[in-house]
Amino acid sequence: MDGLLVSMALLLVWEAAVRIGQVPAYLLPPPSAVATRLVADFHGILLHTLTTAGEILLGFGLAIVVSIPMAALLAQSRSAERVLHPILVLSQTVPKVAVAPLLVVWFGFGLTPKILIAFTMCFFPIVVDTLTGFKSAPAQLRWLALSTGATRWQAFVHFQVPAALPHIFSGVKVASTLAIVGAVVGEFVAADRGLGYQLIVANGALDVTLSFTILVVLSVMGVLLYGLVDVIERLVLPWHVSQRAHGGGR
Amino acid sequence: MTAALTLSHVTKTYLTKTGPLTALDDLDFEIAEGEFLSVLGPSGCGKSTLLTLASGLEAPTDGTVLRAGQPVRRAVTDIGIVFQTDALLEWRRVLENIMLQPQIRGLDMAAYERRARELLDLVGLGDFAGKYPHELSGGMRQRVSICRALVHDPSLVLMDEPFGALDALTREQMVMELHQLWLRTKKSVMFVTHDIQEAILLAGRVLVMTPRPGRVAEIVEVDLPYPRTPRTMETPRFIALVAHVRNLFEQYGVLKKY
Repeated sequence: MDGLLVSMALLLVWEAAVRIGQVPAYLLPPPSAVATRLVADFHGILLHTLTTAGEILLGFGLAIVVSIPMAALLAQSRSAERVLHPILVLSQTVPKVAVAPLLVVWFGFGLTPKILIAFTMCFFPIVVDTLTGFKSAPAQLRWLALSTGATRWQAFVHFQVPAALPHIFSGVKVASTLAIVGAVVGEFVAADRGLGYQLIVANGALDVTLSFTILVVLSVMGVLLYGLVDVIERLVLPWHVSQRAHGGGR
Repeated sequence: MTAALTLSHVTKTYLTKTGPLTALDDLDFEIAEGEFLSVLGPSGCGKSTLLTLASGLEAPTDGTVLRAGQPVRRAVTDIGIVFQTDALLEWRRVLENIMLQPQIRGLDMAAYERRARELLDLVGLGDFAGKYPHELSGGMRQRVSICRALVHDPSLVLMDEPFGALDALTREQMVMELHQLWLRTKKSVMFVTHDIQEAILLAGRVLVMTPRPGRVAEIVEVDLPYPRTPRTMETPRFIALVAHVRNLFEQYGVLKKY
């Protein structure tokens, strides 16, 4: 709710600044112009939005499905982690924007390279946070698990996973914002549809109002995806979220 | 009668970067069935090591640890543990935290739920079964943790400075509640603490440990009548026992003489 109010205030300031400063629309269009454009071009923007949203969701979903089990496996074996962790870090230090053209060479102009770029952007934060989560369970919990005679699987399900969930969610939240960056970067490199493609076209035509309209749509998608993860977190982890609300509980 | 826990000539040495470190040296004692034994010692005297040995998480370097006459070889499950940090599972409600024990052990949930609720009533938390741990105070959390250590009726309860993180008033109340609980259940308890009065007030015997390496300085018989109350601490015999332990600690340099 506060976020909504702040956004409204920012829009007002933006509108007022443009009008008072008499900034030409080809430099900074006012929000009213952006809104008008959104309505006028609604159909075209919607089609590109659906394309980009699909890439984001697939890349993001793939990252979740791959990263969490991988981190769970790494957490079970110290030696596996020792071997694979440097590789993970290395893979992350390669700039993905630079890899994007390669992915196009390998996988063509279709959906696949965009999904893969979104995936590579999301992958690392989820793995790292999940791994931290799995390893953050205090020694007492492991001891407690042993004293109950828990099998390895029981210890995983009843102790490790729930203890890791808050960390997993924070990784997924970070990834949710990166997924959008990944999809747009993919479309920048080579695409014939999607918001990233439309942005390039708009910029080429110096259609700044359309560029801003697309930026607004992208930000709204980002906020919605983040909000979705937040809502799921509230549903899954009532104990954790309410604890945060009380400033750490206890 | 076999003892709930027997340590015979137990030594535990850890290999560290700076060389071997003896945490426990030739520890020799037993906890009888139904006995409340306090282990009293300064920080770093190997009390925690003692708990890991008793629960079978680690093996002694030398000597043997016996549970009910059988040598301990792997993690013991017939115990209840109470930690200083209550180690409650934040994602489980109070009752679910206690029910963790029968759930993982695959026991009859309905029967144990009755027992869990009885225990909660006993410690005055009957109305809190559906709360999450973070909604409780430190003292209440530790009560839940004690219930969790008792619900599966273990033959030995290990307590690692369970009241160390509580304020003084809550602490005194918890000590009395634990005493009442023990009088009712007569569990074998190993209660590790660094609080002299707490150790004496609760126990039948107090094992006083020396600073590192941890050895038995003396096993003090606590011949105070049951049930004990806070007033017990005002009796001459209690005061004499405290003074005796203080002398021991001064002798070993744990407490400075003034």
